[in-house]
Amino acid sequence: MNKAILYLEDGVSFVGQSLSTHGESAGEIVFNTAMTGYQEVLTDPSYAGQIVTMTYPLIGNYGVNEEDVESTKIHVKGFVVKEFCRTHSNYRATQGLIDCLNTNNIIAIEGIDTRALTRHLRLQGAMKAIISTEDFDPASLSKKLEQVPSMEGSDWVSQVTTEEKYTWKDSEAKTVKYKIAAIDCGIKFNILRILARLGCQVHVFPAKASAEEIKAINPDGLFISNGPGDPAGVPYVAETVKQFFGKIPVFGICLGHQILGLALGGKTYKMKFGHHGANHPTKDLINGRIGITSQNHGFCVDVESLSKDDIEIVNMNLNDQTLEGIRHKKWPVFSFQHHPEAAPGPHDAQYLFNYFIEMMEKHKKK
Amino acid sequence: MPRRDDIKKILLLGAGPIVIGQGCEFDYSGTQACKALKEEGYELVLANSNPATIMTDPEFSDHTYIEPLTPEFIEYIIEKERPCAILPTLGGQTALNIAMKLCENGVLEKYNVKMLGANYDVIKKAEDRECFKKAILKLGLEVPESMFAYNLDEARAASEKIGFPLIIRPSFTLGGTGGGVAHNMEELERVAALGIESSMINEVIIEESIIGWKEYELEVMRDHKDNVVIVCSIENLDAMGVHTGDSITVAPAQTLTDREYQAMRDASLAIIREIGVETGGSNIQFAVNPVDGKMIVIEMNPRVSRSSALASKATGFPIAKFAAKLAVGYSLDEIENDITKETPASFEPTIDYCVVKIPRFTFEKFPEAKDILGIQMKSVGETMAIGRTFKEALQKGLRGLEIGHKGLDNKLNYAEIPDEKIKWRLEEPNASRIFYIKYAMQKGWPVERIAQMTKIDIWFLAHIAQIIDLENQLVEVFAKKKKIPGELLRKAKEYGFSDAQLAQIMGTTEVKVRALRKKKNIIATFKLVDTCAAEFEAYTPYFYSTYESEDEAVLQIEKLTEKNGSPKKKIMILGGGPNRIGQGIEFDYCCCHASFALKEMGYDTIIVNSNPETVSTDYDISDRLYFEPLTFEDVMNIVDIEKPDGVIVQFGGQTPLNLAHRLDEAGVPIIGTQVSSIELAENREKFSKLVTKLKLVQPANGSAITTKEAVKIAEKIGYPVLARPSYVLGGRAMKIVYDQASLLDFIEEAKDVSRGKPILIDKFINDAIEVDVDAISDGKDTFVAGIMEHIENAGIHSGDSACVLPPPTISETIIEQIKKDTCRIAKALGVIGLLNIQFAIRGSKIYILEVNPRASRTAPFVSKATGIPLAKIAAQVMAGKALKEFNLSYDIIKNLKHISIKESVLPFSKFSGVDIVLGPEMKSTGEVMGIGPTVGEAFAKSQMSANQQLPVEGKVFISVRDEDKREIVFIAKKLQDMVFSLAATRGTAKVLRTHGVNTEEVGRYDQGKGDMLNLMTLIRENKIAMIINTPSGEGSQYDMRSIRAAAILHNVPCITTLQGAREAVNGIEAMKAKNFSVCSLQERYIAGRSVECAAS
Repeated sequence: MNKAILYLEDGVSFVGQSLSTHGESAGEIVFNTAMTGYQEVLTDPSYAGQIVTMTYPLIGNYGVNEEDVESTKIHVKGFVVKEFCRTHSNYRATQGLIDCLNTNNIIAIEGIDTRALTRHLRLQGAMKAIISTEDFDPASLSKKLEQVPSMEGSDWVSQVTTEEKYTWKDSEAKTVKYKIAAIDCGIKFNILRILARLGCQVHVFPAKASAEEIKAINPDGLFISNGPGDPAGVPYVAETVKQFFGKIPVFGICLGHQILGLALGGKTYKMKFGHHGANHPTKDLINGRIGITSQNHGFCVDVESLSKDDIEIVNMNLNDQTLEGIRHKKWPVFSFQHHPEAAPGPHDAQYLFNYFIEMMEKHKKK
Repeated sequence: MPRRDDIKKILLLGAGPIVIGQGCEFDYSGTQACKALKEEGYELVLANSNPATIMTDPEFSDHTYIEPLTPEFIEYIIEKERPCAILPTLGGQTALNIAMKLCENGVLEKYNVKMLGANYDVIKKAEDRECFKKAILKLGLEVPESMFAYNLDEARAASEKIGFPLIIRPSFTLGGTGGGVAHNMEELERVAALGIESSMINEVIIEESIIGWKEYELEVMRDHKDNVVIVCSIENLDAMGVHTGDSITVAPAQTLTDREYQAMRDASLAIIREIGVETGGSNIQFAVNPVDGKMIVIEMNPRVSRSSALASKATGFPIAKFAAKLAVGYSLDEIENDITKETPASFEPTIDYCVVKIPRFTFEKFPEAKDILGIQMKSVGETMAIGRTFKEALQKGLRGLEIGHKGLDNKLNYAEIPDEKIKWRLEEPNASRIFYIKYAMQKGWPVERIAQMTKIDIWFLAHIAQIIDLENQLVEVFAKKKKIPGELLRKAKEYGFSDAQLAQIMGTTEVKVRALRKKKNIIATFKLVDTCAAEFEAYTPYFYSTYESEDEAVLQIEKLTEKNGSPKKKIMILGGGPNRIGQGIEFDYCCCHASFALKEMGYDTIIVNSNPETVSTDYDISDRLYFEPLTFEDVMNIVDIEKPDGVIVQFGGQTPLNLAHRLDEAGVPIIGTQVSSIELAENREKFSKLVTKLKLVQPANGSAITTKEAVKIAEKIGYPVLARPSYVLGGRAMKIVYDQASLLDFIEEAKDVSRGKPILIDKFINDAIEVDVDAISDGKDTFVAGIMEHIENAGIHSGDSACVLPPPTISETIIEQIKKDTCRIAKALGVIGLLNIQFAIRGSKIYILEVNPRASRTAPFVSKATGIPLAKIAAQVMAGKALKEFNLSYDIIKNLKHISIKESVLPFSKFSGVDIVLGPEMKSTGEVMGIGPTVGEAFAKSQMSANQQLPVEGKVFISVRDEDKREIVFIAKKLQDMVFSLAATRGTAKVLRTHGVNTEEVGRYDQGKGDMLNLMTLIRENKIAMIINTPSGEGSQYDMRSIRAAAILHNVPCITTLQGAREAVNGIEAMKAKNFSVCSLQERYIAGRSVECAAS
């Protein structure tokens, strides 16, 4: 056990103990309120560049396993918890969480009053933070934080997107009915798993793939994935996407939704501390249903910035009335801010994938 | 859609008396529902037979009926009140069963009453196991293999098909009554027979055993728009095989991955939709095979339950309140989350702490019953603890249980316990298993081995092992350094170690540890329960303590002060902790009332309690709620930050009273009766002096610390004597002893209970009438609010005895004398607040048995009977008001047009092998109230309410002791006149026949097995309608034990006192007359007052 410090941009600090990885790691600190699913959180590429604190105090209870991963590696810059579990219990576990974090050289800190930290972030907003096991000098830590780029405007997608185009292979795949091109901004595996189960063959493209490269496979639909950071930091994706409007069905989730918002002429803004959790109620304005959804975003599409003539609001957040879903009035384009693929979180919104399937079905018939 | 306008008047059903399996959680849910429906402007009719509930307070509904919860009486109420709808989903299984009956017999249709929350088909589908199984299988989910049986042949056939071990569960019961596990044919026959008997439809399900699997529960809510949310997940520490009410449980679920949790969530959503619960809360239980994760659906309750109360307190999400609102037409997104005030109720709470619930057992009250746990619930209460870690919450919970443990500490020296015993205590689930886990670990048994023996998940055991490792470390460090460094001390506090535990380790006192850690700035911090893990600002003042860096209670107090300028004065009310026999809902009632009354006076109120079933732990009862164990340390931590202007210790029963002395010493401002007065009343010697000074009479008595002293005192006084330890409630370990040998036995037994405090010995007054008096005093004036005459003679604990108000057989002169004596005692003791005195009356002589300067168990009953809110007035008096300001007069009681009878409800059917004879040790779990114009009607109603319906025809069996034989003749004659046939044992039969009563003779034990079988067969064949059996000394008590046990099994009313028999005959007479009337409390009070007006 080593002493470690979590130092925040505004000078507030917390001292705890680190696991075996030494050194320093900095990023934007955010809190996640899901009580289960730490393995999915750790491997979610959307958390690239961020230090994550879990509000649930006991983390690692069920270990880690080979199935519940959302990408091939851990993306968080650091992990902050109240208490790590020393003896996990679950029939699927293949490793303890502590071992997993250690072998992946993730800087993790425990013994933190994560509720005080969360309250602080709620009141002051998400901010830059650094975890260090070496340097405990506030002035020096503060200086180091100055060097860390802000989330706003930066391109984190290029760090997590696939280098090469690939086709998703899934053991539960059904007979292929649709061919989908997915722009990988940091795609979660569960999106791919669900699409495969719905009969989609998914071709995953690097975020910088050109419209021509994508068109070359002649897809039935285009999917823009979730991913880390500011949508405004990746204007090239929006440019690519625009070229498919009105041509084939386009579907976006999370960052993909924000990129679509920008591509449709809207604006995005940075939220105070974002939504990161698995209990956010949203209302589907098409059928009136309320769903408890999984969320993970620090930016949001400004409702006011969207053209009311072209765009219909189809989903709203019931907690803070932020935008959760849009669809284009003429083109087969729609997107959601929350995560219908869950992982972690409730499956209430999974049916939204069917809208995409229906759009493709309709489009094919034309 | 907003609230429904097509309904105007709603009938809400309560749950009746507190019994094992149905505790005060339904007062919590019912009270919430009352408040919610009143708030919506509905006219509310409430029916409940339990006078100790808050919900039956006349302010909580428009028409409050304290009447038997039977279909017959509810029909009377419906006929009279003509409600548009009935809401049966908030009153436990009792309410649900009544609503089902009223639907089946066409009453609801006849009066055009709609069912809210869940309709007949839904309840049937959820509760009828065959229907439920079909529904689950249809969804593609799994259930244990099972078959139904309606008789023993079918049960045997089922066992051959499924194979042992088997679980037998009766349909339509509560708390798993009559259920059990069978490992072989013999056990199967026994358990199945009992199960078929106790099922309302004589149906049992015989089920594949999944004992040892992990057990989970999800609390689900649905609205009429089909929105569904999960409020809370619960994981049981005890694996399948132990009733969930008897299991230590944890929230949220700990060892499920998100995938597995979501699969369970999906299943719950599918189930609530398939069963069709229209609106409200339900809970669904699952079992998970630890080896392969296979998930099985166990059962569902289509109503709020014990778990919903727990889930509400664990998350801050008020399930019952929302269930009521959903029932009248709202949808989840239309209801505001009270806590955040900005988010809707259509979300799922997320918590950032760990909650542990630990059941409280009372096996010590029933020495003949084994403390083995199974699928039939046996616990009588529970405590809940909140901590940032499981370790902290577990230790807080164990000290909050108030069973003498200060945390996960040792009562026994592990080294002295044989391995064999530990093995057996680990393998067979029992009430103290958690401590045996510790002993095993201290012996060095590996966690894996313990896991294998207990079937408890290794996750829990590993945390327990961490606690023990730290304890070992503390012991070692202290041995080496003679002190414990600050960092380690802090860690110990974070692990939930109490100051008392640390004092034990450091060989010092709790107070010193406290001072030491405060010096080192290791102080408790308070966190908010806010449903959202701090994501939103929360306004609910609901706190728990932990050892962290930030204290939100302090922040909230500061903010309030800033906002309001000079802060309001604060009064802190200490609650009663977990329910137990002798200390239950009555005290919670008093605490709530104190809060209401003091708020009215403009105080800020603070409640401290650890019982999740209670109304007092609802966050809107007080201005700030601290969900904490009621120990000196935990209370002082709150006092430190709140600095209350006054603390009330006399309302929460013995629990806070036991703390009074130390709190007083620590300078805490206790208001009302001072600690010195409490001690004066409790100290026999000092009290005797006072009694002598006041020229009152007390039975000869003395108190003894040593055995020698005790024997000497008993000899001086003369046997029989009443012996008991001091400072206990509910007559714990109290006994009437007839000779020296029994006295010595008693002293040995009581050792554990009395813990160094003296043993009290009183002369036992034979054949006296016992009287309970409740009064309020402001130090100058005293108001006698109720005089209750016990139906049973002195010698039976007042908590178990039925009592009548106003006293029917006591003369005016005696009543006047009792009032005078009460006033003098109150003044002499300096009582400010409530006071309860027990007198014994023999002829014209009045003896003082006991004075309790605190809220009594009967305070709510007296309040309901008279309409005078005792606890409220007492609280205001304690805060400085004079009694004069209340305009009270005993004439209010004199003018009452009704008789009220309180009857106790006993748990014997849950403890096989326990004799049902009453004595000075309290055994009842709850109470009911019967109100009527005559004693007979009131008594008949009280019996019906206590589920002891008196017969109107059939055969009455009589066997009485010699002293009672003369008098039984009159009773027997009356029974004969009412065309009952009579059977009696030889001696009794002879006396009866001599007096011209036709009696069939039935043999006793010693007259041959054949005769005995005769009587047992009669009971078994349901040919006995009632038993009157007064036992003489210890020997004869034993003789009739098996008969009484059989009576319980077959639900035959069994009366064990002559006075009880007399009242039963009166009651039967009233029943035969068949002109029961129902009347709301509001009407009754007006009737009483109008006389008063006419007189003046």
